[in-house]
Amino acid sequence: MLAALAAALLALLVAAPSALADAFTPESGGSPNADDIDTLYKITLYVAIVIFLIVEGTLIWSLVRYRKRRSRPDAVQIRGNTPLELGWTVAAALILVVLTVVTFLYLPNIENPPESGPEGLQASQTRFASVDQPPPPSGRPYLRIGVNGQQYIWRFDYPGKRKLFSYHTLVVPVDTTVVLEVTASDVIHSWWIPELGGKVDGVPGHVNETWFKIPADQVGKTFDGQCAELCGYNHADMRATVKAVSPTEYESWADQQASGIEESGKLLAEQRKGREGEDSP
Amino acid sequence: MEAGTAARRQLVHPEVLLRDLKPEPRGWLAWLTTTDHKKIGILYLFATFLFFVLGGVEALIMRLQLAQPDSTLVNAETYNGLVTVHGTTMVFLFIVPVLAGFGNYLVPLMIGARDMAFPRLNALSFWLLLFGGVAFYCSIFFEPPQAGWTMYPPLSDDSFSAGGGVDAWIFMIHLTGISSLIGAVNFVATIHNMRAPGMSWGRMPLFIWTILVYSYLLIIALPAVAAAVTMLLTDRHFGTAFFDPTGGGDPLLWQHLFWFFGHPEVYIMVLPAFGMISEILPVFARKPIFGYRAIAASTVAIAFLGLLVWAHHMFATPTATVVLAFFMLSSFTIAVPTGIKIFNWIATLWKGSIVFKTPFYFAAALPGLFVIGGISGVILAIFPVDWQLHDTYFVVAHLHYVLFGGSVFGIFAGLYYWFPKMSGRMLSEALGKLSFWMMFIGFNTTFLVQHSAGLSGMPRRVYDYDESLGVTAYNLISTIGAFILALGVLVTLINVVHSIRNGKRAGNDPWQGNTLEWFTTSPPPANNFDTIPRVRSVEPMKDIRREVLARTKPVETVAQPAAPRSL
Repeated sequence: MLAALAAALLALLVAAPSALADAFTPESGGSPNADDIDTLYKITLYVAIVIFLIVEGTLIWSLVRYRKRRSRPDAVQIRGNTPLELGWTVAAALILVVLTVVTFLYLPNIENPPESGPEGLQASQTRFASVDQPPPPSGRPYLRIGVNGQQYIWRFDYPGKRKLFSYHTLVVPVDTTVVLEVTASDVIHSWWIPELGGKVDGVPGHVNETWFKIPADQVGKTFDGQCAELCGYNHADMRATVKAVSPTEYESWADQQASGIEESGKLLAEQRKGREGEDSP
Repeated sequence: MEAGTAARRQLVHPEVLLRDLKPEPRGWLAWLTTTDHKKIGILYLFATFLFFVLGGVEALIMRLQLAQPDSTLVNAETYNGLVTVHGTTMVFLFIVPVLAGFGNYLVPLMIGARDMAFPRLNALSFWLLLFGGVAFYCSIFFEPPQAGWTMYPPLSDDSFSAGGGVDAWIFMIHLTGISSLIGAVNFVATIHNMRAPGMSWGRMPLFIWTILVYSYLLIIALPAVAAAVTMLLTDRHFGTAFFDPTGGGDPLLWQHLFWFFGHPEVYIMVLPAFGMISEILPVFARKPIFGYRAIAASTVAIAFLGLLVWAHHMFATPTATVVLAFFMLSSFTIAVPTGIKIFNWIATLWKGSIVFKTPFYFAAALPGLFVIGGISGVILAIFPVDWQLHDTYFVVAHLHYVLFGGSVFGIFAGLYYWFPKMSGRMLSEALGKLSFWMMFIGFNTTFLVQHSAGLSGMPRRVYDYDESLGVTAYNLISTIGAFILALGVLVTLINVVHSIRNGKRAGNDPWQGNTLEWFTTSPPPANNFDTIPRVRSVEPMKDIRREVLARTKPVETVAQPAAPRSL
């Protein structure tokens, strides 16, 4: 029965990975770090399944096999077995050593942002090669975006000579490494777009970093996520969307958005002036 | 024989005269004024199971709300209140104190003592717990706290949680904290000083080992949370800024202090349940526990390592990689002693002659369920993976496999196992097994799919989710499971109420137990033991039974084989 169960489980995992991947593995596909986390998770899961089957198998087998029956002799009075106990202690430790090694093999690729790709935003399109940008290590620059969690919306501040920001929707060029500097201005929030990698907490008074790089073939796709740290009554509705566009589209969007911001700024200033006039006696 | 013993006792003990001796109070006053560890233990069990039911009802309301997207059963504020009160209740008012209840009832009996070291302190620790719980629950009539049981500032600060709910929570933490500290000191003093003659450390029942370690962990961990909540209180009302970044404080300080307490708290909640099944499994397998020393040592090892893993709750905070790596490795390490325990329990069943009674069902389910929580724990300990899974339903599933699959199944095993000792009556086997299967099936239906909900991107502590997330089916399954689970619990409660008057008489030793509590009557007399036997092994009752058998004539043993083996 157990063998059948194991076989069925294996068949499920082998035969229909795409259909079932969603149920058994984390979201991925939007960024290499999310893919690496997914792979690391899968490796751990395979090890876990083997251990799970061994432990549950032995447990169930003992329960069935050693049920009290008249025909069977009395319980064997064993109090322990040092070699066996040492054996499983060492085995458990060894499995963990293996998991540690695997984790540290994958860690650099998950943690460190790679360089932007050739189809990404180019230094020549240097809206963002401004003074506040660190020198790109390989000539292909990062796009550094400030992410600020506020009850109950995300604000994104883009680099550039003109003031550029957006709320809720983060627009980014594909094939470009985007480094996010995450913080929060009221309570703790947590930035999380599952397909673009792990979450980072935005803690007031701290800046936390993460990154993603959306492959070039995902132009036009949007990635949804939501705040992952309880932040007040509207926590469940604090959502965010990342929109992947081509570098040229990004440029034109940025121009339009910046102009819009400037215009509304001017409008606001005028309104304020008008008010001041009204208020003064 | 009887007269002879009485005469001998009179010779040994001088006659004592007491003046102005008031009769023992009767009725409810007896319960109110008691300092008897058994009565206090029962008060603990009664009060904590009441809180368990309250916490369970809160959980059911949450599951109903989440059964479908866009549900309007409760609003977001109420939901956040339910999340907070459910978590707080189960941790501070059920699992930790119910274990203290079992400890209170059983520690003196199992070590052959006549009461706890400080009976009045013992009563104080119960009443502090009860008033802590009442103070906390009063807040639901005004404004319950809504910041989650972890109460992270700045959300729990006065600027974002102005109502009194957080203050009620702080008050409750202090009252139950003092209660637990007093209780822990009492356990330590009792276990160190009052063991029966011959009960060396190596012959101490494993449940006593875990209660001792539970007590030491409480003494080490509780001051951290007491300090933290006091700082939160002064932040809220007296203008300090320990956790307020606008005043130079740091929200992360709270998380470090809270989890320095909070993670040992997990082992505080689970180790005594491990201790219970370490007593129960060998009794029903009719075999000695496999690797007594390894289990006792791994308890101590888990407690020590449990003090070094707190920041694995903080993997998503701005923290240096070297710190993350340390806490990943320390969390990995803890899997080794935990694994040892599981292997030892299974080895205890191996080549046994297992008698399937209700306590055994619950006890045998524990390793099977806990191993799932242990495995998901190792997955969560890998910090890059945790970045995806942190604060999702995967974690909700993990913690319930640990605390329900681990602790609560252990507690139910303990309830079925020791109820005959406490009441003198057996619980119904039929209802017990029905309750077990409903709880087992309901529990797995509720929480197994929650792993998938989390992997699909559903964060925890949300009152609603979007249809497009693809977690609707998981949530519906989970809600159905929760109701099966709740019905299973209800069956046990009915069983208890029914059997307390109508159950079969238990006799002194209905299970052929190994430890000293089965030496005395059920329920035990006020002084527990008239004579305390000398302990010669880990299983003193086995020795006593063997002795009795040896003294009885062989012809009689053949003539009455059914008597000791009434099972």
